[in-house]
Amino acid sequence: MKSVIQQFKEQSRVITKDLRHRNLIQTALGKYEIKRDEKKAAFQSWSSARQAAAEIKWEAINHLDKHLPDFVRRLEARGTVVHWATTAETARDIILKIVRDQKARSIIKSKAMTAEEIHLNDALEHEGFEVVESDLGEYIVQLRKEAPYHIVFPAMHLTRGDISELFTRELGSAPTDNPEELTMIARRALRQKYVTADVGITGANFAIAETGMISITENEGNARLTAALPKVMISLLGIEKVLPRMEDLALFLPMLATAGAGQALTCYNSLYGGPRQPGESDGPEQYHVVLLDNRRTELLADAEQRDALHCIRCGACLNVCPIYRNVGGHTYGTTYSGPIGSVITPHLRGLQEWKHLSFASSLCGACTEACPVKIDLHHHLLQNRRNSAHEKPSVIEKITFKIAGFVMNRPGLYAVVKKLARLFQPLHKLVKGTRLDPAYAWTQSRDLPTLPAESFKDWWKKNK
Amino acid sequence: MMYPKVGISMVRILERLGHKVEYPEDLVCCGQPAFNSGYWDESRSVAGKVLGRLKDAEAVVIASGSCGAMLRVFYPDLFAKTPQAQEAKALSAKSYEFSDFLVNRLGVTDVGARFPARVTFHDGCHGLRELGNKKAPRALLAGVRDLELVEMKDAETCCGFGGTFAAKFPMISTAMGEVKCASAFATGAEYIVSNDSSCLMQVQGLLSRQGSPVKTIHLAEILAQS
Ligand code: SF4
Repeated sequence: MKSVIQQFKEQSRVITKDLRHRNLIQTALGKYEIKRDEKKAAFQSWSSARQAAAEIKWEAINHLDKHLPDFVRRLEARGTVVHWATTAETARDIILKIVRDQKARSIIKSKAMTAEEIHLNDALEHEGFEVVESDLGEYIVQLRKEAPYHIVFPAMHLTRGDISELFTRELGSAPTDNPEELTMIARRALRQKYVTADVGITGANFAIAETGMISITENEGNARLTAALPKVMISLLGIEKVLPRMEDLALFLPMLATAGAGQALTCYNSLYGGPRQPGESDGPEQYHVVLLDNRRTELLADAEQRDALHCIRCGACLNVCPIYRNVGGHTYGTTYSGPIGSVITPHLRGLQEWKHLSFASSLCGACTEACPVKIDLHHHLLQNRRNSAHEKPSVIEKITFKIAGFVMNRPGLYAVVKKLARLFQPLHKLVKGTRLDPAYAWTQSRDLPTLPAESFKDWWKKNK
Repeated sequence: MMYPKVGISMVRILERLGHKVEYPEDLVCCGQPAFNSGYWDESRSVAGKVLGRLKDAEAVVIASGSCGAMLRVFYPDLFAKTPQAQEAKALSAKSYEFSDFLVNRLGVTDVGARFPARVTFHDGCHGLRELGNKKAPRALLAGVRDLELVEMKDAETCCGFGGTFAAKFPMISTAMGEVKCASAFATGAEYIVSNDSSCLMQVQGLLSRQGSPVKTIHLAEILAQS
C-alpha cells in the first residue's frame, strides 16, 4: 500500500494540472471572497470581533473542566442522555448501541464533520442500517460515495452538469441544468426519508454551557427535520465545541456565517436542549448527546497549539489557502482538510505519518489572517515541522543543514563553493530540466536565474 | 548572491539619502531554510553568527521581506529560552525590510526615481503578513515619476515559492505560481515588482519558461533608476 505522503504527492501532481478543477475552485472561492468582504464590512470592527471571539474561545477551552460538566449537568436535567467517548471507536459503539436498541432500520443525518471523523456512516451501513445524508451537498457526495470536498461546501468541486448526471444515474431523474430543479429532485427523494427514519443524527456548531443547549446552524432546514421528526435524536460533537454563555452566540453566529460562507447569518439557527418535555407536542422522545475526545485532550495539553481547539470549523482558512485552492479537498486524505487539517491531523492521527501536510505549505499566512478565532495556524505548521524533525530527524536533511551551516560560517570556504558553482553553471545546460538535473524539482517547470558574473560582494570590494 | 543589482541599488539609494552603509561581508544567510525545515539547532548555528555580527549596527536593513521576517519575527522565537534571547530581541527591534525602513523609519517616500513603465506589485507574504508592510512599498512606487501602478487581482496571494516548499512540492508550488502569473498578466503590466527576491525568482522562473514578455524587477532596482 502506498504511504499517505506518496498518495498526497501523486494526487497533487494530477490535480494541479487539471485546469477545469483549478478554474472551478478559483471562481467559486473568488465569489465567496467578494461576499465575505461585503459582510465583514457590516461589522463595526471585524478585528475587534475576532479578538473578542478568540478571547471567548480561550476562556471556554482553558476552563473546559468547568464548562463541560456545566453543559452536561444542564442537559441531563432535562432528560438528555449524555455519553462520553474517548476514542472514535467508543463513539461508534455508543451510537450503534442506541440504534440497535431502537431496532431502527433507517437513519437520517444532518451534516456533521465529527461523524466523518469517526467514519460513522461506514460503521452503520456495515451493520445493515440505511443512512441518508440530508444536507444537499452531503447527499450528493454520499451518492458519489465520496468524502466531503470541503468542511462547509461538501460538493463544491461539482458543476450543475455533474450533479444532474449523478441524479439521472442514481435517482432516475430527467437531466436539468436548473439549480432549483436539481434541489427539488433531491428534496423529493429526501422528504420521504425524514418521515420513515427511526433515528436522526446531527452534529453541533456550539454547545452552550450556561443553558445546556446545542446550537445548530444550517441553510436548508434539513437539520431541523432531522431533529424533529424521528423518535430518537443523537448529536455527536467534539468536546471543544463549548461556549460559556448563550449571549456568545450573538457574536459567533454572524461570525461563523460571515467567515464561512459570506452570509450575514445562516438561514436557520436552532437550539436543542433535550427530548420532548411533558406537555410539549413535538420533538424526539429520546435525546442522546455523544461527546467526542478522540485525542482532543492531547491537543489541549499542548500549550503552544492549544488554540487549535478554538476552531469553529468555518472553513475560512481553506477558502483562502492557495494550497487548498490548487490541490482541492480530497487530496489531503484527511477528514479536516486545508490549513486547520494540516495543523490538527498530526495531533489526531500521528505526527510522523501526517507531518508532510505541515511541510506542504508556503507558510504564506493567509489562513491565520482569515481565521475568525485567531488561531495561529501557519506558525503551528512551523511548530509541527520542528517537533517532527526533533522527534525523528531526517539524516540527509540534518547533514545538509549542518554542512551548509559549516560552509556559511566560513567565508573563505563559502567563496570557494561560490566559484565552483559559477564554474559548473555552463554544464548545467546539459542536464537542465531532465531527471539528471540536481535542481530538477525546480527546473522541470521553471527556469533558474543565471549566476551573475559579479556578485554583490565582488562589487562591494571593488567600490568600497 | 543571485541578484547583486538589488543590493547595489539599495546601497546607492541609502547613500544618496546620506547614510553610511556597511555590509557584513562574512554573513551569507539568516538561517531561514533550516528553521523552516524544522532544524532549529542547525538554524541557530547560522543565525547566532548573524546576531553577533550585527550587534553594533544602528539599524539593519534587509532587501527581502522574507529574511526581514526571519530577523524581526522569528529570531526571538528561535532564541527564546537561550542565552542569546536578549540579543535576538534587540536585533529584532532594529531590523527593517528596505521599504519599511525608507518610509517608516526615515519618512521618505520620494527618492527621486523615474521609471517610465506600467507595473503591478506583488506582496511577498512574509513582508505583508509577518511584518504588516502593505503600504510602504506602494507609497514608494507612488513617488516614482512616470510609473503607473496597476493592482492585480489577488496581489496578496502567495506566489508559491515558500523556500524548501518549492522543491519539496514542486507541482503545488508551480500551480500557485501560474495562478499568480495569470493575475499579473491580466493587468497588462510590463513589470511585476516586489520587495522580495525569492518571490521574483519564482515568478521570473515561470515567466521565462512560458516565454512571457512580462519581466520581474525588485523594488530597490526601480527606486535606483533616475
Ligand atoms: S481554523 Fe479558523 S478559519 Fe479554519 S476552519 Fe477553524 S475557525 Fe475557521
